[in-house]
Amino acid sequence: MRFSLSVILIIILAFIAGIYLPWWSIAIIAFLVLLVLPQGIGLSFLAGFISIFLLWAGLALFIDIKNESILSQKIAALFSLGEASFLLILITGLLGGMVAGFAAMSGSTLRLILNR
Amino acid sequence: MRVFWFLFSTILTIALIIILDMKWGAVPPLGKFLSPQQGFWQNAESVNHDYNQHIIIEGLKGNVNVHFDERLVPHIFAESDEDAFYVQGFIHAKFRLWQMEFQTHAAAGRISEILGNDERFIRYDREQRRLGMGYAAENALEEMEKDPATKISSDAYTAGVNAYIASLTESELPIEYKLLDYKPEAWTNLKIALFIKQMTKDLAGFERDIEFTNAKSVFNVDEMKLLFPEVSDSSLPIIPKGTAFDVPGIVPQKPAGADSLYFKKDTVISAIEINKPLKANGSNSWALNGTLTASGSPILCNDPHLNLSLPSIWYEMQIVTPNMNVYGVTFPGTQSIIIGFNEHIAFGFTNAGRDVKDYYQVKFRDESKREYWFDSSWQASQMRVEAIKVRGSADILDTVAYTVFGPVMYDGIFSSESTVDKALAVRWSAHDASNEPAMWLKLNKAQNYQDYEDAIKLFTTPGQNMLFASKTGDIAVWQQAQFPARWEGQGLFIMPGEDSSYMWQGFIPQIENPNILNPSSGFIQTANQRAVDDTYPYFIPGNYIASRGIAIEKRLQQMRNVTPKDMMALQMDYHSVTAAAAVPLFLKYTNEAALSDTERNFLNEVKRWDFNTTPDSKATTIYQAWMDSLEKLIWHDEFANIPYAKSYPDEQTLLELLLKDSAFKYIDDINTSDTETIDRQITQAFKLAVAGLDNDLDNAVWYKHKNVSIYHLLRQSVLPFARTELVAGGWGNTINAIKSTHGPSWRMVVHLTEPVEAFGVYPGGQSGNPGSRFYDSFVNDWVKGNYYTLWVMNNEDVNDSKIKWTISFSAS
Repeated sequence: MRFSLSVILIIILAFIAGIYLPWWSIAIIAFLVLLVLPQGIGLSFLAGFISIFLLWAGLALFIDIKNESILSQKIAALFSLGEASFLLILITGLLGGMVAGFAAMSGSTLRLILNR
Repeated sequence: MRVFWFLFSTILTIALIIILDMKWGAVPPLGKFLSPQQGFWQNAESVNHDYNQHIIIEGLKGNVNVHFDERLVPHIFAESDEDAFYVQGFIHAKFRLWQMEFQTHAAAGRISEILGNDERFIRYDREQRRLGMGYAAENALEEMEKDPATKISSDAYTAGVNAYIASLTESELPIEYKLLDYKPEAWTNLKIALFIKQMTKDLAGFERDIEFTNAKSVFNVDEMKLLFPEVSDSSLPIIPKGTAFDVPGIVPQKPAGADSLYFKKDTVISAIEINKPLKANGSNSWALNGTLTASGSPILCNDPHLNLSLPSIWYEMQIVTPNMNVYGVTFPGTQSIIIGFNEHIAFGFTNAGRDVKDYYQVKFRDESKREYWFDSSWQASQMRVEAIKVRGSADILDTVAYTVFGPVMYDGIFSSESTVDKALAVRWSAHDASNEPAMWLKLNKAQNYQDYEDAIKLFTTPGQNMLFASKTGDIAVWQQAQFPARWEGQGLFIMPGEDSSYMWQGFIPQIENPNILNPSSGFIQTANQRAVDDTYPYFIPGNYIASRGIAIEKRLQQMRNVTPKDMMALQMDYHSVTAAAAVPLFLKYTNEAALSDTERNFLNEVKRWDFNTTPDSKATTIYQAWMDSLEKLIWHDEFANIPYAKSYPDEQTLLELLLKDSAFKYIDDINTSDTETIDRQITQAFKLAVAGLDNDLDNAVWYKHKNVSIYHLLRQSVLPFARTELVAGGWGNTINAIKSTHGPSWRMVVHLTEPVEAFGVYPGGQSGNPGSRFYDSFVNDWVKGNYYTLWVMNNEDVNDSKIKWTISFSAS
């Protein structure tokens, strides 16, 4: 319950923050959400990771479908990924997920330290 | 343990953010770049993108509507010219901002500032600055701002560009800024001048003074005249042969002693211009009057040949105000329509190719370059310190001395072999104060020949053949610029710069520039040939190309009842007049008995050839390789003795020499004891050509061999943004002059009926964004030779179904 709630909160808040703030606002949001809703170390990483993976890969996929992969094929080729758009979407999600995952872990462990 | 995990995850998060927010070599900051809300995904424009917008903006006087048709061509409707130029600037920036800024940075010698510390970029920047590109633009700007009309339009254009830049959010930045991780700076009127000067360099910056000076160490003056003739035998000039010219208004005097001091001097110069403008920059244009057309109305055609790039140098547009209704292509970076038509006239341009850039050898007093010897005394140089910003490194300071001639491009600190008394100053007409935009402001509104003539007189450089046709039936051309009046031979070689005797003595009076109105033939053609025959009373060296002019003239002579379709076919013509003249000569001297079976197969391809350089032609490849090999065989032996920069005679010159004298002396290879004859050399060249194609006929398909490619302006570093291996034929000497990375950058046919009907296409697309479907949407049609009907929209067409989107601007 708490896990799902934190995932949903991160997705919504990170999306809104992303409109106004730099890309690393995903870390701040994940950190803050897990500070408020702390969970175990592994679970908190997973909450941050899954939320931003879903948000970033989801947004990228949505944009890519509307763009008919015109740009993602070129960028994938530029990064020596063949012309594989899905790889680029996957990397986008993984990268955002990693940053948010560790930030979430940081927020969660800080809360546990403070609670003590 | 919790503390450990807290520290571990916190440090890791911060480290990841820092690493992913930084540029690593060519890799952009990945966090920023991949973020779907800020990075490149934001440039992936929906294929159904809605361009409709209402923009409230400061700086406009009234409302402006911009209607976009299905090809994303904007039709700007404004209540004043000033507002129209404001919105032109805004729209250029909206679709082409990165290109506009990059091209003007390149003009100013500022690419190291963006691209970083690399020897090539720094050399480029220094060369631009030493050529005085910034100095030229500053001189032009001063002149532009003296003229109220130019000042008002430039200010409005600049304000429009800046309004767009101010409205940009980080996520909306063009993708190149994200890849290279930097931000646009404010646009200025100086950048308009810089853009024009970059075009001027491309079109009027080519000469071979250093190459010819070096060649003079091997060849005497008569040999130089033979190898680099001023007038080609076969060329068909723009002004028909036999046209009488006035007595010249200025007769420049050759300095006493020139024969020994200038023409016979045989020192060589080690300086090399790395970023030399392309010799091939040329173009075709022709106009027919009503006697030759089916409709009885004139037709004007133009296809300027430039380096092909994405985004394209051109952007299509219509501008309508109470004072004008003009359609055509524009240069993102400057106001007005550059090539196009209005309700009364059509106008097109080809390059004059005249030499307006000379070098003078100056002697400095010492390494400081503060004084140089001129007219028997030491004169003070003006010192201009060029501060070149280099990304990630300290600025590079380069001090350029300015003399009475102009900037000293090559000296001890730029070209290591140049010394204090062998420095080279540049005299280039592009440095003279000028106001080029003023011509287009008038030309866009011109209604008749008189208006056109008044407009073109304002133009100083680069020299252009300015073609004109009007609904009233006139066709005309002026070869216009401020051209130096030279004595015979002046400026072919590096000139002595220790006194005033070799300086330019004046300019050819404008009225004596080559021109013609309504020739009896009924047509005018211009294709970078020498504009006049040898009776023109001035010495006009230049970079001339005869072949396309011959091809166009011969075709037009046979045409009657011409329609726009015929003209499109002519622009797409692949016939090579050079090959048609060369191949019979080659075949005559080929010793077939000395050929292998494979070689004979290759030869049969050439024998069967109709001289059309079609995409799948194999004979074209074989012929071209044959000609290239022959040029090397004929010239390499003599030219090997020339140190440093050198240039072989033109292909056309070699061909004319061989046709005239099959035993001329350079055929022999001076490095062998035998005497090589024409048949031996031609046969040997053929064998070399076949070997060069790996004896495999499958390698000889012309379009594959040529590999026509349209690169992004960042070239190899963003190869996926390019279009390569286009199935296109042609060569520099065919009317459809498509070379590997160079060719017809815009094809236009204007039929001056009531209303005007016009057709055009360029190898690019209206959007500069590689993530837009409009980035390269015209390329396939350009390759195939398809044209679009250019829709001239009128005020009453606001509900026309051709309008797909509208951006409306209102003043705040």
